[in-house]
Amino acid sequence: MKKKYVLTFPPEATNEPVTFRLVKDFGLEINILRAEINAGQEGKLLLEIKSRKEELENGLKYLESRKIGYAPVSDEIMFNAQQCIHCGSCTAVCFSGALEMDPHNRNLLFSPEKCIACGLCTKACPLRLFNLEFAS
Amino acid sequence: MQVKKTYEEINRKIERGEAVVLTAEEVSEMAQSLPPSEIVKKVDVVTTATFGPMCSSGAFINFGHTDPPMRMENITLNEVPVYGGVAAVDAYIGATSESETRQGYGGAHVIEDLVAGKSIGIKCRGKGTDCYPRREYQGTIDKHSVKEIFMFNPRNAYQNYCAAVNGTNKTIYTYMGVLLPRMGNLTYSTSGELSPLLNDPFLRTIGVGTRIFLGGAQGFVGWKGTQFRTDVERNKYGIPVKNAATLSVIGNIKEMSTDYIRAAYFEKYGVTLFVGIGIPIPVLDEDMAARVSVNNKQIETTIIDYGSPGRDELGRISYRDLLSGSIRLMGRKIRTAPLSSLSVARNIAAELAARITDGSFKLTQPVQELTALGI
Repeated sequence: MKKKYVLTFPPEATNEPVTFRLVKDFGLEINILRAEINAGQEGKLLLEIKSRKEELENGLKYLESRKIGYAPVSDEIMFNAQQCIHCGSCTAVCFSGALEMDPHNRNLLFSPEKCIACGLCTKACPLRLFNLEFAS
Repeated sequence: MQVKKTYEEINRKIERGEAVVLTAEEVSEMAQSLPPSEIVKKVDVVTTATFGPMCSSGAFINFGHTDPPMRMENITLNEVPVYGGVAAVDAYIGATSESETRQGYGGAHVIEDLVAGKSIGIKCRGKGTDCYPRREYQGTIDKHSVKEIFMFNPRNAYQNYCAAVNGTNKTIYTYMGVLLPRMGNLTYSTSGELSPLLNDPFLRTIGVGTRIFLGGAQGFVGWKGTQFRTDVERNKYGIPVKNAATLSVIGNIKEMSTDYIRAAYFEKYGVTLFVGIGIPIPVLDEDMAARVSVNNKQIETTIIDYGSPGRDELGRISYRDLLSGSIRLMGRKIRTAPLSSLSVARNIAAELAARITDGSFKLTQPVQELTALGI
């Protein structure tokens, strides 16, 4: 299975090679999509993880033991769908395929699991309906 | 024999509940299997619509007199400057006027808030005259407390609009949205075969006095819009392939809905207003039946490089291709994205069709053709 997670590192955890451990010790196949990590400060890391369920669970347990937070990427992006007017401006900048126009009813389709937290939609939406935790 | 219908005949059919009203998309679909000579027999009215960002919009407002009376100057509404250079308590709220204190908030938001029935803060000064002695006023208004508030938009409903790309090496932020470098995307902004002026390309039925759907209210075409052009190149279907005709429209804000009037902020450009407009087109004869049959494959627009100083033209593309989500330009596949909402435009066309069908919205013959107004 393939899943995207945002890892949140407390300041004391940035000295440990966490990603290396996830690969080496738990056999997770990792693709780093975005990182904001500075030694001694809280950091964030967006990973796409490919693994079997059991390996993933063990990896996540390891993260918990190191007090590293993890959440699906869909928790990072907030979208006020009720206010959306389906203009489509956000689809101009979304290259992960998370924001697309439905070819039939021309409504906006939002698939948060495809989001890579690039944040471009927060600027492209003329109604300011997107909010990204990662960038804030 | 050729079928011809008058506005009066169509209105009588509407009164009797016998008029056949379709949306422009439905007629375009019908035209795949029926010629105009058959469509004119079957269809009486075609509803068209658009819901896009239209910067050249605003509203006249009369606040009612204070006691003692005042000649209001330096007026702000929710800290947004509005134009007070008209009579004592008249003002004009321009959609793109921006707040002096709050980034991303402007005249369009004031208008949306007023439409929504929200309370708005007003501040103004006066120099104090014999007939208008008051010098300062601060209070609140809403759409019920003011005497009149009507939208008066100098330029709306563009008949076609060029599509935008960015050929430079950096992202540019425009009223056509966020344009990514090296032609990373393309944006466009009309509702294609549903768009009002593309269904009446020579403006036979849309003119001064035409009753329209404006923001949910019944409004009217008041004049041709600013930057109105008819000398634009047309394709073989009579469609201008660039920005061409425009409309100046008027309607009562007290009757409008935020379903069809929404404020917006384009990054590093500024505030603008999404305006919902619907226009009924009478199928008077075979020529009008052919016009409303136009489809997205036949409607084309010009692609402009917004990154080039001379706004270079890069080619021409049909709305069918634009709506597909990607096009090929200069040998490359480019993602396309709309800026105007086809989804809401469809709601407007359907709502307008329902109002005509139930007899609450009648058609009007223009009292003057827009092309006869002079330059």
